Amino acid sequence: MTATARRAVGQPLQRVEGPDKVTGAAKYAAEYQVDGDLAYAWVVQSPVARGRLADVQVDPLLDVIAVLWHGNALPLEDSDDPELAVLQSDRISYRGQAVALVVARSLEAARRGAQELSLTIEKEPHDAVLRTDDPDLYTPDVVNPSFPSETSAGDVSVEAPVAVDVTYTTPALHNNPMEPHATTALWSGDDLILYDSNQHPAGVAATVGALFGLEPDQVHVVTEHVGGGFGSKGTARPNAVLAAMAAKVTGHPVKLALPRRALFSMVGHRTPTIQRVRLGATADGVLQVIDHEAYSQSSRLFEFAEQTAVATRHMYAAPNRRTGHRLARLDMPTPRWMRAPGEAPGMVALECAMDELAVALDMDPIELRVRNEPTVDPDSGKPFTSRHYVECLRQGAARFGWEDRDLRPRQRREGDWWIGTGVAGATYPTMAQPSTARVRDLGTQEFEVAIAAADLGTGARTILTQIAADELGVPVERVRLRIGDSTLPPASVAGGSSGSASWGWAVTGACRALRETGKSEAVFDSSELIAEQEKEGKHAFGAHFAEVRVDAVTGEVRVSRLFGMYACGRILNPRTARSQFLGGMVMGMGMALHEEGVLDPAMGDWVNHDLAEYHIPAHADVESVEAEWLDEQDTSLNPMGSKGIGEIGIVGSPAAILNAIWHATGVRVRDLPARLDKILPYL
Amino acid sequence: MILVVNGVEHELDLDPRTTLLDALREHIGLTGAKKGCDHGQCGACTVLLDGRRVNSCLILAVTQQGTPITTIEGIDHPVQRGFLEHDGFQCGYCTPGQICSAVGMLDEVAQGWPSAVTDGGGDDLLSDAEVRERMSGNLCRCGAYANMVPAIKEAAAQ
Amino acid sequence: MKTFTYRTATDTAGGLEPGAAFLAGGTNLVDLMKLGVATPDVLVDVTRLGLDEVTSLEGGGLRIGAGVRNSDLAAHPAVRRDFPVLSQGLLAGASGQLRNMATTGGNLLQRTRCRYFMDATKPCNKHAPGTGCPARQGDHRNLAILGGSEHCIATHPSDMAVALVALDAVVNTSQRSLPVSDLYRLPGDDPSRDTILDHGELITSVDLPALAMPSTYRKVRDRASYAFAVSSIAAAAKVADGRVTDVRLAFGAVAPKPWRALIAEEALRGKPATRESFLAAADAELAAAEPLKDNAFKIPLVRNLVASVLEGLTS
Repeated sequence: MTATARRAVGQPLQRVEGPDKVTGAAKYAAEYQVDGDLAYAWVVQSPVARGRLADVQVDPLLDVIAVLWHGNALPLEDSDDPELAVLQSDRISYRGQAVALVVARSLEAARRGAQELSLTIEKEPHDAVLRTDDPDLYTPDVVNPSFPSETSAGDVSVEAPVAVDVTYTTPALHNNPMEPHATTALWSGDDLILYDSNQHPAGVAATVGALFGLEPDQVHVVTEHVGGGFGSKGTARPNAVLAAMAAKVTGHPVKLALPRRALFSMVGHRTPTIQRVRLGATADGVLQVIDHEAYSQSSRLFEFAEQTAVATRHMYAAPNRRTGHRLARLDMPTPRWMRAPGEAPGMVALECAMDELAVALDMDPIELRVRNEPTVDPDSGKPFTSRHYVECLRQGAARFGWEDRDLRPRQRREGDWWIGTGVAGATYPTMAQPSTARVRDLGTQEFEVAIAAADLGTGARTILTQIAADELGVPVERVRLRIGDSTLPPASVAGGSSGSASWGWAVTGACRALRETGKSEAVFDSSELIAEQEKEGKHAFGAHFAEVRVDAVTGEVRVSRLFGMYACGRILNPRTARSQFLGGMVMGMGMALHEEGVLDPAMGDWVNHDLAEYHIPAHADVESVEAEWLDEQDTSLNPMGSKGIGEIGIVGSPAAILNAIWHATGVRVRDLPARLDKILPYL
Repeated sequence: MILVVNGVEHELDLDPRTTLLDALREHIGLTGAKKGCDHGQCGACTVLLDGRRVNSCLILAVTQQGTPITTIEGIDHPVQRGFLEHDGFQCGYCTPGQICSAVGMLDEVAQGWPSAVTDGGGDDLLSDAEVRERMSGNLCRCGAYANMVPAIKEAAAQ
Repeated sequence: MKTFTYRTATDTAGGLEPGAAFLAGGTNLVDLMKLGVATPDVLVDVTRLGLDEVTSLEGGGLRIGAGVRNSDLAAHPAVRRDFPVLSQGLLAGASGQLRNMATTGGNLLQRTRCRYFMDATKPCNKHAPGTGCPARQGDHRNLAILGGSEHCIATHPSDMAVALVALDAVVNTSQRSLPVSDLYRLPGDDPSRDTILDHGELITSVDLPALAMPSTYRKVRDRASYAFAVSSIAAAAKVADGRVTDVRLAFGAVAPKPWRALIAEEALRGKPATRESFLAAADAELAAAEPLKDNAFKIPLVRNLVASVLEGLTS
């Protein structure tokens, strides 16, 4: 290594694409000028939850190029994602499902065409409500992506001296990236070009290509900038297929940007959950029983079983443990991934139940957690490669100011405000997925590093530049990083907090190979190394702390302080990492206080499908939010020693807020979000 | 119809239904202003109309013939450098709207306009709480708010 | 959005052909047109009529042009000084951008944000008369506890209008002058009309009579900013010798119109300025409330607000 090497990683390098983003130059999927006579598409969504679309009547005076529906749509090849079989069937599986597409010469005409379309629908009775006594509930074979649905050890029916048996419910949550899902599609002969907003350009190319019977090299997906995804853009969504079909049928390049409303049904969401948690402990707080049963839902179209209770398998030691999942298939949209699927809702139930147990024990909630720290992973029995949960709790407590906290609720009042603090643990699995990177010596002392990764705002473009610079032993200015294009060497999805690890591994390999071989180009595929790697025992941990104030007059909750202390391996870029942690915590605040898809069972619809009625935190909601981390060394993970950080901020932060609300007021909200109407009656 | 954007006149033949946002993005080719919600509920489409921040998605282009319009492409302001230095964004999609909004907001503060958290005389109209309230018309799903506040305050001090 | 023709109004005489609508700031109308809930054939732009002045009236009142933007009105020195309830109410609403667009007249004529009204694919007696009201059985957490009917329990969304109702403001139109309280009508068996204005009747200005009392506005909402009210209150009160000598109360987000709490006001006049009096007055007003399962919390919420806000004004 030269003196300049090992300098970039760990530095707070500014985002390399930052100048483009602050000047409006960064291009997103619906912003490309394309050759040809561009047409605009507008999606027509089902107004009923279940039934069949018998007919579509198009007024001949309608100013449109085409109206596509199952009666005239292009037949598609089979897909393992039924949501992508768009316009292939007369079946309506949920309200908001795409049932037709209007293509017109202008955006205005396309939207009006969609509103004017006359649909003949045979409506059928529907069931939209998740409930624990649904006779059709079943235990899925596995939960997302491939965890066993049930685990058990010992006997959870044993009586413990101190016990809590509580049920927490979380509503449907909607990813709502600021950039709605969008695709600009054009055909060049038999080749398809998609400018598409997604988290996995290569995956979208393969999936969409297969639907149209194309060879992999016939599809080119461009995903230069992505306006957020949070899981909802992890695979191809119907917009990509609809745009491609419309372009094929009409011969025009077609732009389809989903209206915000469609993001509440067509692109995935976080399933509602009902979770029963039973904890039993000895009088001095040693857990004897951990029992976590999670109920969630999926659509009629597709089984997505969220791994809601899986995080509970790794958190605390106890001789008697059980986790299980039950699934209902409803006439509702298909849930998918939303930031920390499983962990985020699951840790609400577990970490609030732990707080309730601490109250029952009259014990500090941090001490309760420390007392039940496992020596090995309770699930696998294998050691953790690194786990600094207790350190996060202890050091976080010191940093946050936990000392002298009164165990009793309703002890602190300033004017009309009740004030309290809460804590909750955080965890997220550490993963890496096979990817390939290519590096070229451009001969000008500059290097081109290419990988089909996507930067949704995580900082991937910046971090990969830093990794490459260090491995090549050059300053970051000498690295030309190319991502966001499916024709580059294949990369895994920007999901599961695995992007930096997966792509960084491939980039590291390619750069090392270039240096070792002395050639002008090197390619590295991490598949073999990752296949050989032990997967168990690799998790990031953290602790979240919240201070809230609750208005005694109105029940309004404000979060005065949110703080996260994390153990996430090596932090590659403290600037972008901090933003990931803070962003996760802010979304956790939304989960705790604001966000809810409000179900109208009779309509089979979440009726608040816009950003005025589905509240995400606004500027004014975010007061003090801070993140710090331990200097955790773990060489078993990947060449960088990093753990994923994109999701852990939303794991446990909602529970910390709910626990703080209890501490402030004595009101235990077990039905999220903790809006004022659930608090005020008890103040 | 003539729209004057960033000092340049654009002669356009628009459907009266065309919003200012769609006129900018689809007809003039200025895609810096973003469509996040299309209903005035997120602020991503914020531009300056005669110097004032507005949601361009709820304005019909036909109503603004001749009005000076400034988009992110026409802005060169310390707020932009503040956003870079303080990492006031992640995905970047709300960013042009945040920046246009901040520029407009700083002008409102210069005129002494109050906000919902202004109590009375002598207040610091650019305290953290003031900046947060005044910027609340711009949602950021990445949750980068905490970094925008110092970015805006620092720019204001310049 | 349906196609329409656009023209600019040239005078304040009002009058519109059938199917036409006035367009001011557009923050609500353009939104509803995009949703397919509003479908005018003609838009008549009234923003170039010079109705954008705030002028003094004899005796300390103000005349606010119908085209004055919400942000200008909130920042106007005389409004901030003499009518803080109005400035605060305006600033509690929407966002900086929307306040720069929205006008005084347009704000008064905002339509409900009831989630069924805003969705053209759903039944709603307000946007499609006779189709029914799904809110009573469905989502009504933020709908009316006062003044609703079996046909509609939508709430009026404006903050500004709540302040104006408390201020005894008078609306001047192309045809007449009327108290702002009389502008609005309750849904009864025809929820489609929010106001008594005739088609083509143009609001030209709003008069504020002088107010010789301290006043304030308090808004409760689900997030800290940029959200419609869950409940709000506009209040003004005067106390002499420990007794309430004059008082104004209006509630927002609890009724199909900005709700002037005349019963509470009557109950308060001459009474000791104590929490007990305030709560009793609130109870008297709220006795007529007809809450549903999910909005009953508004009764204790408004009750608390009345007591808290009046305590603040009279202490």
